Amino acid sequence: MTMIKSFGLFWWDFIVGDDWRSAAGVAVAVATTAVLAHNGTNAWMLIPVAVVAVLYLTLRRAVR
Amino acid sequence: MGAFFLVVSSFLASAVEMVEALTIVLAAGLARGWRSSLAGAAGAAIALAVVVVLLGPALTAIPLSVLRVGVGTLLLVFGLQWLRKAILRASGFKALHDEAAIFARELEDAREAGAVARDRIDWYGATLAFKGVFLEGLEVAFIVLTFGSSQGSIPLAAAGALAALVIVAGVGIAVRAPLSRVPENTMKFAVGLMLTSFGIFWSAEGAGASWPGSDLALLGILAFMGATSFVFVTALQRRRTTIGPVGAEAGADT
Repeated sequence: MTMIKSFGLFWWDFIVGDDWRSAAGVAVAVATTAVLAHNGTNAWMLIPVAVVAVLYLTLRRAVR
Repeated sequence: MGAFFLVVSSFLASAVEMVEALTIVLAAGLARGWRSSLAGAAGAAIALAVVVVLLGPALTAIPLSVLRVGVGTLLLVFGLQWLRKAILRASGFKALHDEAAIFARELEDAREAGAVARDRIDWYGATLAFKGVFLEGLEVAFIVLTFGSSQGSIPLAAAGALAALVIVAGVGIAVRAPLSRVPENTMKFAVGLMLTSFGIFWSAEGAGASWPGSDLALLGILAFMGATSFVFVTALQRRRTTIGPVGAEAGADT
């Protein structure tokens, strides 16, 4: 169990890093784009705008 | 155009990670013996090759739209980590990576780690080199596999990584010293921008959105992210001037 936990923690740290909120923000933006596309709206602008917002928030947290 | 970015991204990401791995291999070699250090590095290279061989075909078997939304999201999350750290370093809020300081620290730790077994493999030296090459190489493998599979050409991405390996290893053998003059943060900035831009492009496309201008949109995203990062660096630099500079960072994170 400890090995599985360590393996999971390694990959979490490797990909997500120390700010899980950035990953959550990105996931929400991608999911919203998919839902909008499914309903016929081409929301290509949503992810770039969300990325800028996420970057702003993560930088603000880092320098606070 | 996509192929060009693919090779450049793989090359830059691989080069920065290999510079860091080289620092650890050199420290292990000088302190614990070259045989052990090179054996550890070779073992890590084999382990990485196994990872690539096992995961590469598995990734190419996934439908492209599913792959792009998954890989795009992963690259975006991963790229944002690189970009955030590069912006913080460029603006002075995070110390620059100092390969010379890391080398000195690793060398001291390796020398203090007990007697060296010169007549056989020294496990401390071999493990140190293995860990350094494997962990840094894993980032390279991740980028090569995700970029390559999403762009439909793992060999092209691997070619960029191989070119970086040849250059970094060649220079490392020639100078036998850490490559402290490499503009690491500039390269990391470029990689962060490329990872984020590819991530935005692929995740949106995989999620069902269509980019105006098709593949050319990638250039627009890259320019947009470059300009955004420039604005963030400038704003943070202004804020930083009131606090003063920070020292060099002898850490080994991205």
